[in-house]
Amino acid sequence: MSSTPRASDAAAVQAPLIEARDLRVAFQMQRGVFQAIRGVSFSLGREKLAIVGESGSGKSTVGRAIMRLNPPSAIVTAERLTFKDVDLLSASKKELRRLRGRHISMIMQDPKYSLNPVATVGEQIAEAYRTHHKVSSREARERALTMLEAVQIRSPKRVYDLYPHQVSGGMGQRIMIAMMLISDPEVLIADEPTSALDVTVRLQILAILDDMVKERGLGMIFISHDLNLVRSFCDRVIIMYAGRIVETVAAADLDNVQHPYSRGLLNSLPRLDQKRDRLPVIQRDDSWLEAV
Amino acid sequence: MTAISVKNLSIVFGEEDNETKVLDAVSFDVEKGEVFGLVGESGSGKSTVLRCIAGLYTHWTGEIRIDGQPVGAQLTKERCRKIQMVFQDPYGSLHPKHTVQTTLAAPLRIHGIGDIDRRITEVLRDVGLAPHLRFRYPHQLSGGQRQRVAIARALILRPSILLLDEPTSALDVSVQAEVLNVLSDIRDREGLTYLLVSHDLAVIGHMCRRLAVMQQGLIEEVVDYADLSGGRAQQAYSRMLFDASHHYDRSMANDITAARQAGGGTIHGA
Repeated sequence: MSSTPRASDAAAVQAPLIEARDLRVAFQMQRGVFQAIRGVSFSLGREKLAIVGESGSGKSTVGRAIMRLNPPSAIVTAERLTFKDVDLLSASKKELRRLRGRHISMIMQDPKYSLNPVATVGEQIAEAYRTHHKVSSREARERALTMLEAVQIRSPKRVYDLYPHQVSGGMGQRIMIAMMLISDPEVLIADEPTSALDVTVRLQILAILDDMVKERGLGMIFISHDLNLVRSFCDRVIIMYAGRIVETVAAADLDNVQHPYSRGLLNSLPRLDQKRDRLPVIQRDDSWLEAV
Repeated sequence: MTAISVKNLSIVFGEEDNETKVLDAVSFDVEKGEVFGLVGESGSGKSTVLRCIAGLYTHWTGEIRIDGQPVGAQLTKERCRKIQMVFQDPYGSLHPKHTVQTTLAAPLRIHGIGDIDRRITEVLRDVGLAPHLRFRYPHQLSGGQRQRVAIARALILRPSILLLDEPTSALDVSVQAEVLNVLSDIRDREGLTYLLVSHDLAVIGHMCRRLAVMQQGLIEEVVDYADLSGGRAQQAYSRMLFDASHHYDRSMANDITAARQAGGGTIHGA
């Protein structure tokens, strides 16, 4: 990625919430070291920034590196990895616990696997608030109910007492969003938040995220494999391939990407508006693995 | 000629007091050599239609005709040779402890068909897999290769109808393109009939000329894809489904929320 800021990067340059420079993540394997992220640099402002790529491109690993949630076998290095003026690499475990949830939150793909199956969803949302705020359980409950309403759950009182297995996928994702936003974070990392959802439910969830980002002035990293979605939902798009950023574009310019991989990815997508006999298949080039 | 004819297909699950009608008088026809799409959201019953035709469910009511012949609820060997199914997740549909060779040989053995080696070589070539991959286990293959094996397994009995249940939903877009191309090539060459279930309207649009839009066990309408993409679908739900697949739009999200609240879950109206 070029380091010279362009017009589309202006928002990010003004007040970077997250800044990553030459971020590298490697995993210690039985046979040597595997480089998952190989020198990624970007900055996040109060915007919706998409990271797209295929499985194995490292997009989720980047999200986890910011939260410092990689497993112990991961070796994370960077010239710079900061949240505002906090150095995320040298932060103590205690400091990281204070940041996670309070200042930086993460929404995962499938609420089924990220909610605690043996606690009611309301308790979990209230717990997320009480972890960071010294309040009575009564007040935490009130907050949680307000938050459930904010994510457009029609009967918050009833839903508060439900267990995760009793709610639908769409409702589960609303609950996750409520839990992640209750302590008013400044950065939200959403890792494929709508991939497990139907299109109509997806649209509703995105609208909620969209409103929250606008109202609260959040910076959001939206990790996705869905190019059509990020085109209309996000402000900027980072395209990753094999642990590197191959291209960063304004979402509106997604059709004018230059890198052969980005072009290949877009071309291989079936289009709603035009019929083709065959879908072009990406002809991968080893040079893409090298520095861009 | 009509390859698949479904009339008033209904199926109910659950005990007497707690019955759920999953399919409610579903009817449609698929021409020989056609790729017919079934779209709808989760729970609309699209996969259930495939499972009834495949014989995986046996307590349905109504009528299913294949090449003009009515089929009963019970599965026969003849029906298996004619109709095969490809599932969404090849990890779940391939035996983890069987090699590709064993998986592909099983249907041939069951049906008493000889010449196993030559047939496996042929079918692997048809789906674009190298011959040496036959000695691999599913976990030693990539996602795209696994789905090709699943397609090869369905093809090895030389069926005339393939039921495809979200065949590319678990795959990356570049791999999806490869698998869709393989499916198109095979159909062009062998003149197969496909019934394709997908939640991805772009995939349906790429493969199908006609499709049925389903919602809560009912067919909303059978529509030409050209009409659907041109905004000429009869039902509001079909148009909404198409628009929602297209892009994110704040006002559309409001409309959906309003329609859901008014219609108690289903979306109707102009």
